[in-house]
Amino acid sequence: MSTRLANQGRLIDRSKPVKFTFNGKSFTGFAGDTLASALLANDQMLVGRSFKYHRPRGIVASGAEEPNALLGLGSGDRFEPNQRATTTELFDGLESASQNHWPSLEYDIGAVNKAFARFLPAGFYYKMFIHPRPFWKHIYEPFIRQSAGLGRAPKDRDADRYEHFYAFTDILVIGGGVAGLLAAKTAAQSGAKVMVLEQTAHWGGRAPVDGGTVNGTAVADYIAILVTELEAMDNVTMRLRCMGAGVYDHGYALGYERVTDHAPSLEGPRHRLWRIRAKQIITATGAIERPLSFAGNDVPGVMLAAAMRDYAVNYGVTPGDKVIVATNNDDAYRTAICLKEMGVDVLRILDARDTGGGELMEQARELGIRIDCGRAIGKVSGGKRVKKVAICAQAGTGAALEEISCDAVAMSGGWSPVVHLWSHCGGKLTWDDSLSQFRPDPNRPPTGADGQGFVVPAGTANGEMHLGEIVSDAVAAGKKATQDAGFKAKRTAAPRGVDTAYAPMEPVWLMPRNAEMELRTKTWLDYQNDVKVSDVQLAAREGYESVEHTKRYTTLGMATDQGKLSNINGLATLANALDAKIPQVGTTTFRPPYTPISMGSIGGEARGEVFQPIRRTPMHDWNEAHGADWEPVGQWRRPYAYVRDGETVHDAVMRETRNVREAVGILDASTLGKIVVKGPDAGRFLDMMYTNMMSNLKPGKCRYGLMCSENGFLIDDGVVARIDDDTWFCHTTTGGAERIHAHMEEWLQTEWWDWKVYVANVTEQFAQIAVVGPKARAVLEKLGGMDVGKDDLPFMEWRDGILGGFDVRIYRISFSGELSYEIAVSASQGQALWNALRSAGDGFGMMPYGTETLHILRAEKGFIMIGDESDGTVIPQDLGLNWAISKKKEDFLGKRAQQRSHMTDPTRWKLVGLETTDGSVLPDGAYAVGEGVNANGQRNMVGRVTSTYYSPNLNKGIAMGLVLNGPDRMGEVLEFPGTDGKIYTATIVDPVFYDKDGEKQNV
Amino acid sequence: MKRYSAFAIAREALNYHTGWSRAWASPEPKKRYDVVIIGAGGHGLATAYYLGKNFGITNVAVIEKGWLGGGNTGRNTTIIRSNYLQDPSAAIYEKARSLYEDLSQDINYNVMFSPRGVMMLAQTQHEIRGYQRTAHANALQGVQTEFIGPERVKELVPIIDINGPRYPVLGALWQPRGGTARHDAVAWGYARACSAMGMDIIQQCEVTGVRTENGKVAGVDTTKGAIDCDKLGVVVAGHSGVLAEKAGFRLPLESVALQALVSEPIKPCMDVVVMANTVHGYMSQSDKGEMVIGGGTDGYNNYTQRGSFHHIEETVRALIETFPMISRLKMLRQWGGIVDVTGDRSPILSKTPVEGCFINCGWGTGGFKAIPGSGWGMAELMATGHSPLTEAFSLDRFKEGRFIDESVAAGVAH
Ligand SMILES: Cc1cc2nc3c(=O)[nH]c(=O)nc-3n(C[C@H](O)[C@H](O)[C@H](O)COP(=O)(O)OP(=O)(O)OC[C@H]3O[C@@H](n4cnc5c(N)ncnc54)[C@H](O)[C@@H]3O)c2cc1C
Repeated sequence: MSTRLANQGRLIDRSKPVKFTFNGKSFTGFAGDTLASALLANDQMLVGRSFKYHRPRGIVASGAEEPNALLGLGSGDRFEPNQRATTTELFDGLESASQNHWPSLEYDIGAVNKAFARFLPAGFYYKMFIHPRPFWKHIYEPFIRQSAGLGRAPKDRDADRYEHFYAFTDILVIGGGVAGLLAAKTAAQSGAKVMVLEQTAHWGGRAPVDGGTVNGTAVADYIAILVTELEAMDNVTMRLRCMGAGVYDHGYALGYERVTDHAPSLEGPRHRLWRIRAKQIITATGAIERPLSFAGNDVPGVMLAAAMRDYAVNYGVTPGDKVIVATNNDDAYRTAICLKEMGVDVLRILDARDTGGGELMEQARELGIRIDCGRAIGKVSGGKRVKKVAICAQAGTGAALEEISCDAVAMSGGWSPVVHLWSHCGGKLTWDDSLSQFRPDPNRPPTGADGQGFVVPAGTANGEMHLGEIVSDAVAAGKKATQDAGFKAKRTAAPRGVDTAYAPMEPVWLMPRNAEMELRTKTWLDYQNDVKVSDVQLAAREGYESVEHTKRYTTLGMATDQGKLSNINGLATLANALDAKIPQVGTTTFRPPYTPISMGSIGGEARGEVFQPIRRTPMHDWNEAHGADWEPVGQWRRPYAYVRDGETVHDAVMRETRNVREAVGILDASTLGKIVVKGPDAGRFLDMMYTNMMSNLKPGKCRYGLMCSENGFLIDDGVVARIDDDTWFCHTTTGGAERIHAHMEEWLQTEWWDWKVYVANVTEQFAQIAVVGPKARAVLEKLGGMDVGKDDLPFMEWRDGILGGFDVRIYRISFSGELSYEIAVSASQGQALWNALRSAGDGFGMMPYGTETLHILRAEKGFIMIGDESDGTVIPQDLGLNWAISKKKEDFLGKRAQQRSHMTDPTRWKLVGLETTDGSVLPDGAYAVGEGVNANGQRNMVGRVTSTYYSPNLNKGIAMGLVLNGPDRMGEVLEFPGTDGKIYTATIVDPVFYDKDGEKQNV
Repeated sequence: MKRYSAFAIAREALNYHTGWSRAWASPEPKKRYDVVIIGAGGHGLATAYYLGKNFGITNVAVIEKGWLGGGNTGRNTTIIRSNYLQDPSAAIYEKARSLYEDLSQDINYNVMFSPRGVMMLAQTQHEIRGYQRTAHANALQGVQTEFIGPERVKELVPIIDINGPRYPVLGALWQPRGGTARHDAVAWGYARACSAMGMDIIQQCEVTGVRTENGKVAGVDTTKGAIDCDKLGVVVAGHSGVLAEKAGFRLPLESVALQALVSEPIKPCMDVVVMANTVHGYMSQSDKGEMVIGGGTDGYNNYTQRGSFHHIEETVRALIETFPMISRLKMLRQWGGIVDVTGDRSPILSKTPVEGCFINCGWGTGGFKAIPGSGWGMAELMATGHSPLTEAFSLDRFKEGRFIDESVAAGVAH
C-alpha cells in the first residue's frame, strides 16, 4: 500500500491538513504536499491512462519530468488540462481529475488489450486506413482523434490574469540547487547583478534529500545559509516557482513564474512571464534519473528510485510496503537505505552489475537488505498496481529465476544532465562514456554576437555527480560567467563538499540484456506515448534510421514531457539496433520551452479591449456618442456611418452621401497620415519617393502625389503641401502612415544616408476635419477670421490663419469633387474646432459623414482608392494616372521597374467605369469572363470589379474596374458571373460618373 | 516492396513485425544518373516520383544533406488549401490539392490527407472585399470556395469568439476541401515510392558544387564524391541561394526564419483549419490533439532554424483573442524553419541560365500544400522542357515584371 509514514517529511506541515478532491472523491493531505505526494499518501496509485493504448499509469517521478500524472485541474473558467501532479502544490479546495479514459479511470473501454496491441505497432496508421478513400476523413480519423488527445479542452474565456516583466541582469542563474546558489553567490560577490530562478517552491534542489556536507556543515543547513546570504545582497534577485523556460539568441531568456497557482486566493496574476536579457547565463538545472527498460516497467508502482526517496524524505510518503530496487549504479542504494531506515520493507536490491556497488552497497547490506548482483528484473506483473517481480540474470534472455511479491519497484538507470537550456540556442553536447551521458561540450557553447559563449553549465547539469565536484564546478562556473560578463571575480577558494563515493555505473539499456521479443514488446520507453523497445527496433528495421525519423515514426519523446525520461533510453535502443555508438546516433533537437508554459502567460496583459491599442482621434468620443458604426482601419476606428435612431446603416450612408452633394458634410479625417519632410535635400528626396515632381512645388501650394515600390507598383497616394523652402508636408492614406514613414526612413538610412533630410510622423499631432459640400464655404465664413474665397484660397493651395479663434491650417483639396476644405488644428483643439464647425454648420444642414460616404463620393468622381483600385499588382499607368508620373525626372522609385516589358505591354488591365445594364449593383470583387479556358483549364478572365456602390445621387449602381484594354472598349458589355449563380452584365463607361467637368469643386 | 494494408499488418503481427522490409533503400551513389535532384524535401521527392510515374525516367538520384524530409517539409504546419487569387497559383495549388485527395492510394502510404476545411477569417471591411474577390476568382478557376457569414463560422468552429471586443469576425472565405496532411508521411511515402521504382535516395550527402561544361550542367560534387548527370533539379528551399551560387547564378529571394508551435494535446475541439490574417495567426488541431499554431516570419535574414520569441508572443496573443479557451492550454514546443521568400512571394519553377539545370524554390511560408502539384509540374518541365503549370513561375518574370503577387489576397501566406 502507498501510505504516509508516521514521521519524516521535511516539506510538509502535519499540523495543517488540506482538503482536495480527485475524480470527485475527497482526500486530505498536508500543507507543503504536492498533489502527487498527497495522492500517494492516500494510496491513489492509478492516476491516468496512456495516450495510445490507454494503459493504466501511475506516478513515476517527483518533478517536471513526470510523464504520467497529468491531471485536469479546477473547473469552469479556471479549468486546466494536462497539469503535472508532481509540480502542483496542494491547496485547500483543489479539484483534480484524471484524463483520457471512458467511462472511468478504473474501467476504460478504450484500453487496448495485449492481443490487440500487436496490431498497432509504431507507425501502424501509415500502413493502414488507406482504402477506401473517404473512410480516412469520416471514420478512421475521427476515431483516432477521439482516442488520442489526453485532457479535455477548456471551454471558457480564462478568468485569470497574466503579465509580463522585463529584467536586465548581468548574470542569470537558472536552477536554485546547491550549484546554482553557489554559482550565484560567487558571481554576486563581484558586484555583478545576478538573478536566480528556481522552478520549485524550495531552494536547494536534490542536495537536502541526498545529503552530504559542505565545509563540514550538513548540506541542507549550508543551503539555508547560502540563501540567507544571497537574500541579503542588493544586487541579487531570487525567484522561486519560476522556471527558466527558454534561452534565445543574444542572451535573451524566458522565466515562467507561477505566481498564484499554489494559492489561488492570493492577489496577483496567475503567471508572470519574465523576459530577461542577461550578459551570461548559468544553467544549474541538475539531472534527471533514467528509467530502466524491463518488461512491465510501466505498471503503476514502478517508480524512479530518486523520486521514491524524494517522496519519503520530503513528504513522509512511501509508495509501497514491500519494495524492490533495480539499478545499474550506486545512487539507487540511497533509496533502499532511506526507505529501510524509515521502516519500509526493502525486499531486494537487484544490481545489474556483476560486481555490485561500493560503499553504499556495504551500508545497505549492514542494514540487512539482500543484494543480488548481476541480476535484473525480467518482468513486473500486475495490471493497475505492481503485484510481483520476476527476477532473472542481467546477462540472459529473461528466464525467471525467482518471483517475489511486492507492491513497489524503484528503478535507476543512471542520470542524464538537464542540457535543454544549454542546447536551446545551439550549445553542443559531448558523450561521457564513464557515466554514459550527454553533457555540455565546454568547447562548443551557444555563442553571442561577439562569437563568445554566453551560457555556462554548472554542477550536475554539467555532468558532475558528486557533491565535492559539484561545489567546485559551481564556483568555477560562477567565476567564468562573472569574468565573461566583464566583472572581476573575487578570489575565493571553493568550499569542500563531501559525500559517499560511488562505484562506477554500468550502462544498462535493456533488462535483461538479450530480452526476448515477448518481453521487448512490453518494455516501455515512452510511458505517455506508449513507445516500446520493439517499436524503436521496428523503426530501425524499416529504415527510419535517423534519430529524427525514429522519433517521428514511433512518437518517442513527442509526449508532453518531450522525452525527458524516454529519449536517452530510446537513443540507446536505436544505436543498438543500428549497431552504432550512441553519440553517432545523436540527439533530437532541444526546443523551448523546458516544460510547457501557459498560452495565457505568453499573451500577457494584451487581451480583450487592450489586445491591441485602439488609436483614437480627438473626436473619437463624440463620434461614439453620435451613432458611429465603427470600422477598424489599422489600429484606428473610423465611423463607417453615423446611424440615427430608426435608421439602418445603409439608410445612414445614403442620407450622408446625398447631404454632402446637396448641402454640407463634415468628416473626421484625423487618421490620415501626416509626415513632415524637412531639410536641404527634402525636395530631392521627395522627387525620389513620389512619381511626380515635388521639388518644384511652390510654397503655399498642394499637389496630389503617387508613391510606388521599387517594383513599380502603386503603394500609396496623398496630397503633398510645400510649407517653406525646405519643408514639405505629406499626407498618406490612413493605413499607410506608419508603413510609408518606415519606407522613407529605410531609404534614408540605408541608401541616401548622406542626404540632409529629416522625416517625422506627426499623424497624431493634428486633428484634421474636412468640411465638404456646396455650403462649405458659407460655414467657414460664418466662423470667420480667414478669407476662404475662390481667389483667396484657390483649389490645391493651403493657408495658415485664425479661423473662429483657432490656429489652423486650411487645405483646399477635395476627394469628393465638391467644394472642400480640410482644416488641420493641433490635436488638443480638435474637438473644440469640431464643435465650432458643427454649430457654424447648423443653419446649413451640416451632417457628419463616415468612411462609406467618403468612398461613394470618390467613386462617383472616378477617384482611385489605395487598396481598392490598387492591390500591390497595379501600376499607376493602369489607372490612367500617367499625368502624375514625371517624364522629366531622371529617377524615382519604381521608374526602372515600370520600364520592364510586361509593365509597358499595351495589353494590360486598365481602369474603367462599369455600369450594370439594369442599374443594379455589381458584386464586389466579381471577374469578367472572356472566351474559353486557359492551358490549365481555368476560365479566361478579362477584368474585375475594384469598387462597387449604389450611388444615391445617380440612383443606380456604379463601379470601377480593371479591364483588359478597357479604355479602348467603351460601350462594350461584359459578363460577370456572381458567386450567387447569377451572371451580371455591365457596360464599360468612363470612370467619372458625376460632374465630369469638375464644376462643383472649382467654385 | 511489401504493400501496406490492414491485412499486411495482421500478417506481420504474427511474427512481431520482424518481417517488414526497409521503406526505402539506402544505397551508395552511382557514378552517373539521368537526373539528379538536390534536396529530399517534399518538392524534391515529388519531382522524382512524377518523373518516374509520368515520364518513365527512373535513373534518378535524390541527394539529401541531412535526413529526408528534415527541412521545411518536416517542420511545417501542414495547411493545404488552394483558394489562391491569381490564376497560376490557383492552378498549381489546386492541382496539388486534388492530387493529395488520392495520394495515399497512389503511393500506398497513408499521408492522412484530411479535407476538413480551411477557413480564412475576415475581420475588416477590406478583408471582406478581398475574400469576396477571391471567391469570385476561384469559381472561375475551378476551386471550390465560398464566402460565409459569422454565424456559419461559429457553427463550424464553436470555440471561436466571433464577437471579440477588438476585431469581431465579419465572415470568412471557406474552402471545404482544404485541410491538412501528415507532413512526414508525405516525404516518407514519396521516398518509398521512388525507391520502389529503383531511384536512389542518398541521405547524409551534401552537394558541395555544381559542375558545368560549356554552360551546360555536367554533374555535382558531393560529400560522397562526384556524380554525373544530364539534368539537375535544385530543390533545396532555404538553401536555394547557396546552391544557385555554386551553379553560377543568383536568385531573387531571401531566407528568413518562420516559426510554429504546438500546444499539449487535448481532446478534439476544432475540426477545421482557421487562419486569422488581421490579427495574424492560424491554428488547427492535429490528429494527436495538439493545437498547431503558426504566425509570421522574422524580420531579418538568417539560417539558424530558430526564431525570436516576440513572434511567438504576437501569434499566441492573436489566437487567444480569437479562441479565448486556448489561454489555459500550454505551449509544448516551438521551432523554426528557414523559408525562401521571393520578391512576389510566389515560387520559382524554372529553367536557369545553366542549361539542364532546373530550379524549384521560393515556396516560402506556404509550399507544403503544393508538393504534389509542384512535383507534377516540375517533372513535366524537366522531362519535356515545358509545363503549363510552371510556365508563369519562371525566373524571367522578375526581369519582365510579370509578378504573381498573392499578398493581395492574404497577409499570412500558408
Ligand atoms: C514553421 C513553418 C510552417 C509552415 N507551414 C506551412 C503550411 O501550413 N502549409 C504549407 O503549405 N506550407 C507551410 N510551410 C512551408 C513549407 O514547409 C515549405 O514550403 C515546403 O516544405 C518546402 O518543401 P521543399 O521540399 O521545397 O523544402 P525542404 O523540405 O526544406 O527540403 C529541402 C531539402 O534540401 C536539402 N538541402 C539543402 N541544401 C542541400 C545541399 N547542398 N545538398 C543536399 N541537400 C540539400 C535540405 O536538407 C532539405 O531537406 C511552413 C514552413 C515552416 C518553416
